[in-house]
Parts: sequence; C-alpha cells; structure tokens
Amino acid sequence: MSEQTLKQWLLSDAPASRMQARVAGLYQGWLRLTSNWMTLTGLLILTALVLIAACAPLLAPHDPFDQDLLNRLKPIGFDDHYLGTDSLGRDILSRLIYGSRITLYIVALVTLIAPVVGLLVGTVAGYLGGWADQILMRTTDVFLAFPRLVLALAFVAALGPGIENAVLAISLTAWPPYARMARAETLTIRSSEFIAAIRLQGAGPLRIITRHIWPLCISSLIVRVTLDMAGIILAAAGLGFLGLGAQPPSPEWGAMISEGRRFILDHWWVATIPGLAIFTVSLAFNLLGDGLRDVLDPKDGGHG
Amino acid sequence: MVSVTSQTEEGRKPAPFPPWLRSTLATLGSITATLLGLLLVTFVIGRVMPIDPVLAIVGERASQETYDAVYHQLGLDKPLMVQFFYYLWDVVHGDFGNSLLTARPVSQDIARVFPATMELATLGVVIGMLLGIPMGVLSAVHRGTWVDQTIRVLTLVGYSMPIFWLGMMGLLLFYGILGWVGGPGRLDIFFEGLVPSVTGMVLVDALLAGDMDVFWNGFFHLILPASLLGYYSLAYISRMTRSFMLEQLSAEYITTARVKGLSERQVIWGHAFKNIRVQLVTVIALSYANLLEGSVLTEIIFSWPGIGSYITTALLSADMNAVLGGTVVVGLIFICLNILSDLLYKIFDPRAK
Amino acid sequence: MTLLTVNDLWVRFPTRQGIFAAVRGISFELGQERLGIVGESGSGKSMTGRSILQLIRKPGQVQAAEISFQGRNLLDLSEREMRSVRGNEISMVMQDPKFSLNPVMTIGAQLMEAYLQHNRDNRQSARKKCIEMLNAVSLRDPERVMNAYPHEMSGGMGQRIMIAMMLIPDPKILIADEPTSALDVSVQRQVLSIMDKLVRDRGMGLIFISHDLNLVAEFCDRVLIMYAGRIVESCLASKLHEAKHPYTRGLLNALPRLDNPRAHLEVLQRQDDWMHAPLEQTQ
Repeated sequence: MSEQTLKQWLLSDAPASRMQARVAGLYQGWLRLTSNWMTLTGLLILTALVLIAACAPLLAPHDPFDQDLLNRLKPIGFDDHYLGTDSLGRDILSRLIYGSRITLYIVALVTLIAPVVGLLVGTVAGYLGGWADQILMRTTDVFLAFPRLVLALAFVAALGPGIENAVLAISLTAWPPYARMARAETLTIRSSEFIAAIRLQGAGPLRIITRHIWPLCISSLIVRVTLDMAGIILAAAGLGFLGLGAQPPSPEWGAMISEGRRFILDHWWVATIPGLAIFTVSLAFNLLGDGLRDVLDPKDGGHG
Repeated sequence: MVSVTSQTEEGRKPAPFPPWLRSTLATLGSITATLLGLLLVTFVIGRVMPIDPVLAIVGERASQETYDAVYHQLGLDKPLMVQFFYYLWDVVHGDFGNSLLTARPVSQDIARVFPATMELATLGVVIGMLLGIPMGVLSAVHRGTWVDQTIRVLTLVGYSMPIFWLGMMGLLLFYGILGWVGGPGRLDIFFEGLVPSVTGMVLVDALLAGDMDVFWNGFFHLILPASLLGYYSLAYISRMTRSFMLEQLSAEYITTARVKGLSERQVIWGHAFKNIRVQLVTVIALSYANLLEGSVLTEIIFSWPGIGSYITTALLSADMNAVLGGTVVVGLIFICLNILSDLLYKIFDPRAK
Repeated sequence: MTLLTVNDLWVRFPTRQGIFAAVRGISFELGQERLGIVGESGSGKSMTGRSILQLIRKPGQVQAAEISFQGRNLLDLSEREMRSVRGNEISMVMQDPKFSLNPVMTIGAQLMEAYLQHNRDNRQSARKKCIEMLNAVSLRDPERVMNAYPHEMSGGMGQRIMIAMMLIPDPKILIADEPTSALDVSVQRQVLSIMDKLVRDRGMGLIFISHDLNLVAEFCDRVLIMYAGRIVESCLASKLHEAKHPYTRGLLNALPRLDNPRAHLEVLQRQDDWMHAPLEQTQ
C-alpha cells in the first residue's frame, strides 16, 4: 500500500476494502466517461451553460429587454451588437444569455417532477403488484398512447399558455416511460434473494422501496433523464415557438425563433442564432447521456 | 427466455378458454381500457378548459335565455358522469362536434386534412428506414471505429435539432437561396385543383389522373419536409438498429456461422439481421407514430394542411372541439400502430407461439 | 499422420491494466486421434480452440510461430482462404445449442447452408444429404426436424444437430469446445458416443476441450493439461492416473471416485510457479 500511488490504488483489480471498491468504481466510471471526447464535449458545454446562466448580468453587453427601434434587425457584428439585433432592436446576444436561465429553469423543473412521479408510480406498482399494478400501469399506458407533443399541446390549451404550464404539460407527458422502467427494475429486484433476506429481518414495504429499491433504480433513471433532457428542451422550445410557452418579452429561445421567422429570408440571423443555441444545448445533453449510458448501463456497451 | 416463462405460467393455471382466445380477449380488454382512458383524458382536458364553451358558441352579447338554452342543449347541466357518457356515445359514432373555425363537423375536417399528414409521414419513414437501417448495421459492425463515430454524431445531431428550426433553415437554403425545391404548401398555386382528389394524397391522386406535371410539382414540395422528417426518424431507427445488432453480433450463433465458413456479409445479413427484423418492425411502427407528432411543427413551417396544422390552428383560436377531436384521432392511430407492431411480432417471430 | 501443428501460440487481450495473455506460448500436434485439452475456466483452453480457426475477435491478438494444417500455415492465409478452411477442413462444436443455433432459422436451412457453403449441389440432393446426416446422429423423424426451429428441440437434440451441421461438409478436424457441459447428465454420454463414432469412422482428428477429467480420459487418446495459458502436462489418457505434475495430481485428487471412496476430497492448492511451467514437459 505504501509503495502504491493513488492511481494504482484506484485502478486495483483486487480492492482491499469496500470503500476502495466504491471509490475505484466511481473513478473508473469517471475515466471511461471522460475518455470519450464526445461525452467530454457534452459535459463542457453544459458546464459552460450553467456558468453563463449564473453570470448572465455580468456577461450580457446589453439589457435583454431594452428596445431600440432605430437599430432594428441589424446584422451580426453591427456596432457592439455582436450577434445583431431583433425586430425591436434588442441585442440578440444578451437575450440569448438571459435565455439560458429559462432553459435551465425548465430543465430543473421537469427533472424535479417527471422522474420522481415515474419512480413513485413504477416502484409502487411493481412492488405491490395485483390491482394497484393493473390500475397504475393502465394509466401509464393511456399517457403513453398519446404522442407527447400533441398531449402537451392539449394540456397547455386547457391550462393556458405560460412557462409554468408548459413545464407542467411536458412533465405530464414525460413521466410514463420512467414509471415503466422503474416497474421493470422493481420486478427483478423484488424477487431477488437479498430482498427476501431484508423482509425476513422485518423490513416493511415502505422501507424496502425507499431504502433498497429506489437506490438501485437511480442509475438507469439518471441515464434516461439525461437522454430525455434533449427531448424536453426541444419540446419546450416547440411550445415556445407556437406561442404556448414563455410569453413575450421573455427571451425564451423557441419564442425568439418564432419572432425571427417573419424575417427569415432577409434577416436570417434573427431566427438562426437562437436555433443554434437550442441545438447546442440539446446536443450536449445527448452526448452526455450517451456517454453515461455506456458507463452505467452495460447492456448496450461493454464487451462485444 | 420470454416464451419459456409464459409457457410455465400457462402450464400452471388450468385455462377456461383455449390460450389463443384468452390472449385475444386480454389484448382486446387492454385496448378498450386504453381507449377509455384516452377519452377520459381528453374529456377532462375539455372540462377544465378556461374557455366557456357556451360563450364560444353564443357570443359575448347573447341574452341569458339563449345562454341557458345552449347550456342545456350541450348537456352541461347534467352530472359529469352523464356528460362523459354522452361524450363517449358521440365519439363512438364519429361525432366530435362542430369546429368553430370551419363551422363543419370536426370528423369531416380531419378526414380532409389527414391524408396530407399521412403522405408526409409515410415518405418520411421510408426515407428514414432506407438510410437508417444500413447505417445502424454499419455502425454496429464497425463498432468503435471512425465509421461508428461519424454515424453516432450524425444521429445525435438529428436527435438534437429543433425540427421547426431545421425546417426553416431548409426552406431558407433549398428554397430561398438555391431554389431547388418547392416552397411551402403542397403544390404551386397554379397546379391546385388540376387533379380530382380521390385519396387526398397529392402524389397518388396525380398518378391516378396520369398528370405527371402535378406529380413532379407535388414531389418537389413534399421532398424537403419529408427528408427532414426522414432525418429525424433515421436518427432513431439507426440507433435502435445499432444496439439490436450489437446484441446479436455477440451471440454464440454468430460464431457458429463463422465456423461454417460464411463470409462476413452472410454472417451479418443472413444471420444477425434476420434476428433483428422483428424488433425493427416495432421500431419502424413506433417511429411512424412519432413522425405524426414530429409533423405538427413541420407542417406549420411548411404550411402543410395536415392534422398538425389543423390542431395548432384550432388551439390558437380556442376551437376546443377541433383540438380534442384531433388529439383523439392521433391517439387512436398511435394505439393502432402499437397493436399492429405487436401483431407483426407474433407473426414473424417463430418463438412467439 | 500429422493434421495440425501448433507452435508457440500466444493469445493476448489489451486491458486497462496492460496486456493480458490468455494463452502463453503453447505448442502441440494433432494427428488422426482424439486429443483432450483439460483445464479450469480461464486456463485458455477455449481460446486455443478458437485461435486455430482465427475466430478471436478484436481487440484480441493471436500470434504463433506456426499453426499449420496439412502443411499449410493458416496464419499466412487471407481471410477468404481462411473461410474455405473453416467448416470445410476444421469445424467446431460449441457449448450450448440453445445459443449456438440461430433461433429464427429452421434447422433445415442452417444445415443446408453449412453444406452448400462448401459444395456445389442442387437443393434436393443437399436436403437429402442433410437428412442422411441427421439420421447419422440418430435423430428420429429427420424430416420434421428439418422444418423445426431450434427452440422446439431439447438440449441433447440440439447438440446432435450441431454435430451434424459441423460434420456435413466433411472436415478433417473437429474442435469440440465443452460440447456436453450444458446438457443433462443423462444425455451427455449418448451425445459423446455419437460424436466419437462419427469422428472415428471418418478418420478425423478431434480436439476435445473440457474441464471434466473423467470424460476426457474416457473419450480421448491423449490429454493436455492447461493451467494459466500454459500446457503443464501432456500424457496418454490411459496413463492419466500416473500423471506427475502437481496440478494434474491436484485435479485428480479433487475428484470423487466410486471405486476408491474417501472421506475427504482434497482442495486444489495452486502454486505460483506453475504459471512459469517450462515448455520441455509438453514436447
């Protein structure tokens, strides 16, 4: 041990303690994650996004809501408007920077709602079985039977446009796959020996679900959420584009594209630039999710 | 594995019906339950709407008597359960009410706009299939090489594009700048109404009428949105193909095939690919269903008079009958495609008996 | 007559911890005989079989001074030439017929494919040939078997089909990689004697890879004992009980015997110096 470097200790084939095994597992996962340039790119972009959102007031050269009707639709590089101005003369770069906050806000809210609901429904259905399972899974099937965007549209129509309602609508359409996944995992875990052992020790369903089943479902859930995040961003942008998400003058990227659409032939950058931003962020989530899946979910990767 | 467990389960319980009848009944039961749920959801959405359906019909300045009469006529004074039953009854008879915008029955409207969406989605999924499957196979066979990486990036990019934005960029480049394709809409204005509408699909109608000018004009309008949808489904199809193929290529029967002295091509297409065909059918059915959804935004960009445009236009003018009618129809198609893929699974997989 | 000569064969796999050698410089010869290769899991016995057919997948690497079959060095052959060796000259039966048969092809189609790959013939006579072969492995009702799918067969039937499929192009060498480990004990012997008979009647060479010392001693002429990628001992099957190497002795002592019951079976004690077994013992 004394002659070993930290690296050797972490990469050891035969860990000496449980702690070493755990830390080494994490370290090797990290190595595999970062050894792929695509995953690393995704991670870097997302880090940058978080930093930009956090420091938006410092980074933005202009007030994102400040109109300047004399300088409407100015091209890229005009004066100190590095990415030009929109139809009301607002600085596109500043709006983009502030828009990153909205994107993160949507991402965070959906992550707080959909996977949690899915996990809850799935594990309860899987663990209890019988009628509870039937009813919960039928409900899940009903929601899965709708195309997501169409259902989200119908929900927003009922709830009224607005960013919170858009998030709610997206979450309502996003939870069923998580429920299915959590249920499938619960079914395999439930019948395993160690659950039987825990039950013999007197653990009740609540304890088994929260302390033993949930932790085992988490890793595949994380992968799935990361991969879905891109879809969620795109759905939110789509709702914004249709005028059903964030309302003007909010600098939401989808709504910015919608605004720029009228000028697409003569002032292409107004709609192009926010689209690039959406694309970059959703690509970053896809890259990261893809890499995470390789590390956490050996079914798709591993030996071959 | 799957067949083994189901066999033992069936072996344990003495079945009152023959197994095929039981499974058919079970399938029918679950379809009915899903359909009922679907209608319940749309019904609830319709009821929690902030828009007053009576006001929408009679207008702001109607007298209290007219208001009450319409209120009664719509059955809004009845308990919710009864209202839901009325709703079911109407839907089963193909009655989604009248559209406020077009003042015609929603069912007629949908029948008119649906072929346009189908034409778009069908060509889209064909493009996605023809390119996506070979790309997925290639990617799995050359796993980890630059071929795999390139295809992986290409599909991830497809996954990450906002489709409405991609549509705008496509229009800007191929129509606005290069002029290679037709602009928004299904036909140039002077080609409209030249061929009788039989199927509602422009290309098919033009072929039926033997008018090649209309056919090519329609084709140049269709090709760009269809390619975009194709790219979108390509991403999904090729990724699924890749992961199915990887699973099969590591199977032992692949070694057997190699031991026999078969060439790599025979091993891949004659053995591994045969084992993923059934799974692929499901994937294609699913991506077809997804394209119906992807077409919502695409149709708006390309002014394509399909069901997506119909629903969103209705949505923006608070035409709730049209929105819910459209939603139910799309949901129905979704369910049908799922049932279809299950059926195909049972037909094509020798183990699913 | 020597059919196969293997000289200084190495199989290596790169891992994160460096290069792992699964087979470390082994040499042996095979004539028209039945050669057993015995070892515990991970000893490299399966890798040896697969590297003869050059079926080690990337990133694994095979290196040898020579692997020659009837005077031709297989390492010099192109992939195309190698394909005409696989199946046609050297064939292999794998462990579990449940996985080694293609689940979505009929058994007939898989047999016909094996035959037609190396023989120009029309489908009728190919089919006849397949049915003959199924008869030869004593399967009842071969017509029905031809049209059946693998999942409709039992393990013993599946393995007999596998043997028929691998022998139908009339190869000179058959590699049997744990051919009975996945089968019920009751049919193991039956399958083995069918294979044994066919191999002897056709004057073939057999490489029988197994972890089961008794089985190998019974069905083989000569035995190689492998440990950690090395051949630690080579002896005639009839003289196996006189084996000298401590590893072989350990394996033998760990087996229960009906003719010599003991209260305690020994537990195998591994020693590090076996890893560096000198080569001269194997020649």
